[in-house]
Amino acid sequence: MSNEDNSQKDMFKDLAIQGLWKNNPALVQLLGLCPLLAVTSTFINGLGLGLATLIVLIGSNITVSVVRQWVPNEIRIPVFVMIIAAYVTVIELLMNAYTYNLYLTLGIFIPLIVTNCAIIGRAEAFASKNSVLLSAFDGLTMGMGFTVVLVLLGGLREIIGAGTLFAGAERLFGDIAAGWSITFYQGDTTFLLAILPPGAFLGMGLIIAVKNSIDAKLEKVQTKKNTVTIQRARVTTEV
Amino acid sequence: MILGTSSSPHHTARRSTQIIMQLVMLAAIPGLLAQWYFFGWGVVIQLALAIVTCVGCEALVLALRKKPVVFVLNDYSAVLTGWLLAICLPPLLPWWMTVIGCVFAIVIAKQLYGGLGFNIFNPAMIGYVVLLISFPAQMSQWLPVNGLAELSPSLLDSLSVIFTGFTVSGHDIEQLRYTIDGVTSATPLDSVRTAITLNNTYSDAINSPVFNGGLLASWGAGWGWISAFYLLGGIALIMANIINWRIPVSVLVGVAITATVLNLLNGDLYGSAVYHWFNGAVMVGAFFIATDPVSASTTAKGKVVFGALIGFWIVIIRTFGGYPDAVAFSILFLNMSVPLIDYYTQPRTYGHSTKNRAENSAEKRKKKSN
Repeated sequence: MSNEDNSQKDMFKDLAIQGLWKNNPALVQLLGLCPLLAVTSTFINGLGLGLATLIVLIGSNITVSVVRQWVPNEIRIPVFVMIIAAYVTVIELLMNAYTYNLYLTLGIFIPLIVTNCAIIGRAEAFASKNSVLLSAFDGLTMGMGFTVVLVLLGGLREIIGAGTLFAGAERLFGDIAAGWSITFYQGDTTFLLAILPPGAFLGMGLIIAVKNSIDAKLEKVQTKKNTVTIQRARVTTEV
Repeated sequence: MILGTSSSPHHTARRSTQIIMQLVMLAAIPGLLAQWYFFGWGVVIQLALAIVTCVGCEALVLALRKKPVVFVLNDYSAVLTGWLLAICLPPLLPWWMTVIGCVFAIVIAKQLYGGLGFNIFNPAMIGYVVLLISFPAQMSQWLPVNGLAELSPSLLDSLSVIFTGFTVSGHDIEQLRYTIDGVTSATPLDSVRTAITLNNTYSDAINSPVFNGGLLASWGAGWGWISAFYLLGGIALIMANIINWRIPVSVLVGVAITATVLNLLNGDLYGSAVYHWFNGAVMVGAFFIATDPVSASTTAKGKVVFGALIGFWIVIIRTFGGYPDAVAFSILFLNMSVPLIDYYTQPRTYGHSTKNRAENSAEKRKKKSN
């Protein structure tokens, strides 16, 4: 029994590592780049779209997992797309109702969540083959991984390009957030490139480069550890 | 007598990269002096700042990449990049913008692609375009040329404006841009552009004091001379066999044909070939930037296509685009197209027919796989 618990725990841990780091939808799979690059001109825009995607991803993963026994293999893609579209519609209506200004800023990119490959990719690769709980958790970690990158890129571009952070927070969090905006530098010379689309590509490339260099360092540490264990193993094993 | 054996090529170039880069800079000196005469000390300060930053960035990245720093720096390519970027910048641009441009040119456009020889784009032009689209207002603040300006800043004033934003006596750059008539000066390209948006005609526009008048009416005051001196340096480079004549000549021909066709269609709206040649950066671009051996086309036919299309796009973007000058955009655009151009303009190998190249290569591939 405890063994099963452990394996369950390992599974969740693995899912979390996969979603947030090793198989991050934005940094490794490079899925959903269109909204990622298009809306991340500010921190709040990134966070708004990230949260919307996260909720859609959890919902669609749960639903796909629930109906996985009854969906014929041949028509699974249209079924998945309809499920995702239903969730996106719900989110769009909710955002229209409660965060109207953010809804206006994000514009076409909210309905376009339907076409985000990261979501249908998870439905196809994971939720259609696993239990509801695992699928929900996978949706959560993958969504978090995506949101973190959106927020990071949005924050960097906002700081460099506009000199502020959390500007327009009231569009997402309501009036209490009106004073959250932090100004780093002021002036009429903002670094426009960071706000313009090329800035998104450059920023994304640099973030991926940083991630890869961290991975390379980790791998070096790992191989060092492994060589040590191998040496001991050779001593103790009988040949 | 010792007869050594060696593999081909047996005819080796006597010129190292270092010598070529130095000769290109030597050829750019007349143009630089003209720029210094017409725009003052700012030109020289920008040049020094850009070269120091470029060399510094190059050294830093080389050290990070664990490459031999001094050996690579000795090829002078970073110095040339800084030089070419600096001569494109408005003379009193704030120092930190110049630094940002140089960092982008060397770190992003050159070293991240793998260093000299691997960069797809011309580094100096990337630096320039980054600055142009990031700081459009500052990047269009050219001073009036010598003789038209009300105040001409001294060396100390220029230094002070670049590093603090104000001259020693407290004038800012907008005040320095006033001409004798009390009007803020624009570059020749800018003034024609503005005139046409205000529904004036091209022939009216070139009567303004930023143009020379006289025989070459559309030759910008000061700018025309600068272009002429760069043309001179460029011709020297061709004579010395440093650059191939095909690229600059086809750029100029491309500009001339496109401009003339438009000018004949509607002379009130579109400038003449001479107007396009001797204003803005066409001469520098054609002789010094488009000819960059790394990012330009390498085949003989390809060079002609490359140059002619640059010329075509310069006139088209200048006339219909959002920015007054378009040399940098055109060159970067054609840099992108170079692999395609080179693919379709491969020279015929002696003894092989040009026909059915696709079939030939397919056959070869078959043989190889067998």
